Amino acid sequence: MKAWKTIVFSLCLLPLGYLGLGIYREDLGPNPVEYLTHETGAWALRLLLVTLAITPLRRFTGWRRPILLRRMLGLFAFFYACLHLLIWLWLDRELVWSSMLEDILKRPYITVGFTAFMILLALAVTSNSFSMQRLGRRWKQLHRWVYGAAALGILHFIWLVKADLLQPMIYLAVFLLLMAARLPGLPERKPAPFRRKVAG
Amino acid sequence: MIIKPASRIRSSEITDQEIWQRRRQLIKAAAAGSGLLLTGMSGIARALYRGPGKLERIPGIYETKYGEDLKPTAYRHITSYNNFYELGYGKRTPAENADFLKPRPWTVKVSGECEKPGVMDIEDILKIDQEERVYRFRCVEAWAMVVPWVGFPLGSFLKRFAPTSRARYVEFTTLYDPEQMPGQKRKVLDWPYREGLRIDEAMHPLAFMATGLYGEQLPAQNGAPLRLVVPWKYGFKSIKSIVSIRFMEEMPLNTWRRIAGDEYGFYANVNPKVPHPRWSQKRHRVLGRGLFGSKEDTQLFNGYAEEVAGLYKGMDLHKNF
Repeated sequence: MKAWKTIVFSLCLLPLGYLGLGIYREDLGPNPVEYLTHETGAWALRLLLVTLAITPLRRFTGWRRPILLRRMLGLFAFFYACLHLLIWLWLDRELVWSSMLEDILKRPYITVGFTAFMILLALAVTSNSFSMQRLGRRWKQLHRWVYGAAALGILHFIWLVKADLLQPMIYLAVFLLLMAARLPGLPERKPAPFRRKVAG
Repeated sequence: MIIKPASRIRSSEITDQEIWQRRRQLIKAAAAGSGLLLTGMSGIARALYRGPGKLERIPGIYETKYGEDLKPTAYRHITSYNNFYELGYGKRTPAENADFLKPRPWTVKVSGECEKPGVMDIEDILKIDQEERVYRFRCVEAWAMVVPWVGFPLGSFLKRFAPTSRARYVEFTTLYDPEQMPGQKRKVLDWPYREGLRIDEAMHPLAFMATGLYGEQLPAQNGAPLRLVVPWKYGFKSIKSIVSIRFMEEMPLNTWRRIAGDEYGFYANVNPKVPHPRWSQKRHRVLGRGLFGSKEDTQLFNGYAEEVAGLYKGMDLHKNF
């Protein structure tokens, strides 16, 4: 499992790597701030959808191991959402608090995007085992908000686009499919118990 | 207090200010030195800015004083960051799909409320005296650039067709041909793209028809072979690849107003005090200036208030956005 975790951890860092390389080479096109904002936002959404795919994956294949990667994937989605927000606050709104607040309150796509971020923040700070134990049953209820965060994140994307809705609609379709995969009554496979390597 | 980081423009991109201010003299001196003047080329009829030479050069371009104090955005940026949905919906896709569009042969039909309607061939349009003007270009999406256009004033061109007193507006239409414009295969916009101006706006000396940029013919992604340039309005007013011009009595319904009239108006004058539902419009980002310090304050009428404010005297600019 440790090897799996290392591989997934490295894969999740790849987008950061190529964006960093682009910054270093000053090779991000005519509008680098827009490029970085869009890329980090897209990766936050993609990783959130991957996180939401873990439960259906277990349900239909009976494969249990990926569940151990779910927290890491969720935290990486949060990590890219943080970069996305930070780039916007710093390089787009230029740390002018009044202009940030105005955007958050007046521009619906930013209002929903910011709300999605606040949900992810709450989930990230309660993602440790200590919070899990303390919150008990309420932890599960709290973490169901991840569906809301993903939905608002996709709405943020839909409302941002001016005319060509193809891209955000792909995200929406994947999200709806993953939600449908949670409906009761679908054929499933019982999860196999974890196999232990027996020293031979 | 916020201390802003120093701008990280590569030093190679910065022209020494003293050289920059003397650039016209220097270029003239260089031209004279290389014998261009002796071989018969006119001293005034040539472009100040040169593209990379991939497209045909426009001969005999008259230099003007428009935008003398502005520093043009790099050619590669102007030609790789375009909103031209006919050639693709991303910023880079129009450049990637540029080869689909065939700017020759090309004709422009002029019709409506005028005494001399007609069809004009692009080759004849290119015989009109071509001049270079450096204009600020401000997109409604809060980014901007500075473009050395080549072309001719719109007003004198329109007068050739003798508009009647009923011609209160002018409507422009882009080519509709999904084979040449693959973006038109999906109904993302209500094709063909249409734009319009009030006749006094169209006749204003700043209103311009562009046939080139950086001394060369327009690349497809920038609206080849003929496009409008209205520097005091948001970029979507400056319609590309025009095939039809019509004088009208009624206000034409421009494309973006047709699909989202609450966001995009007819006038679309650059105005930092009139926010758009998506963009505050107080500031904008200048392309090609890197990650830091690329934003600047947006000016009323994009900095052309002195010339054009008179057109809108007594009008409520919030209502007529």
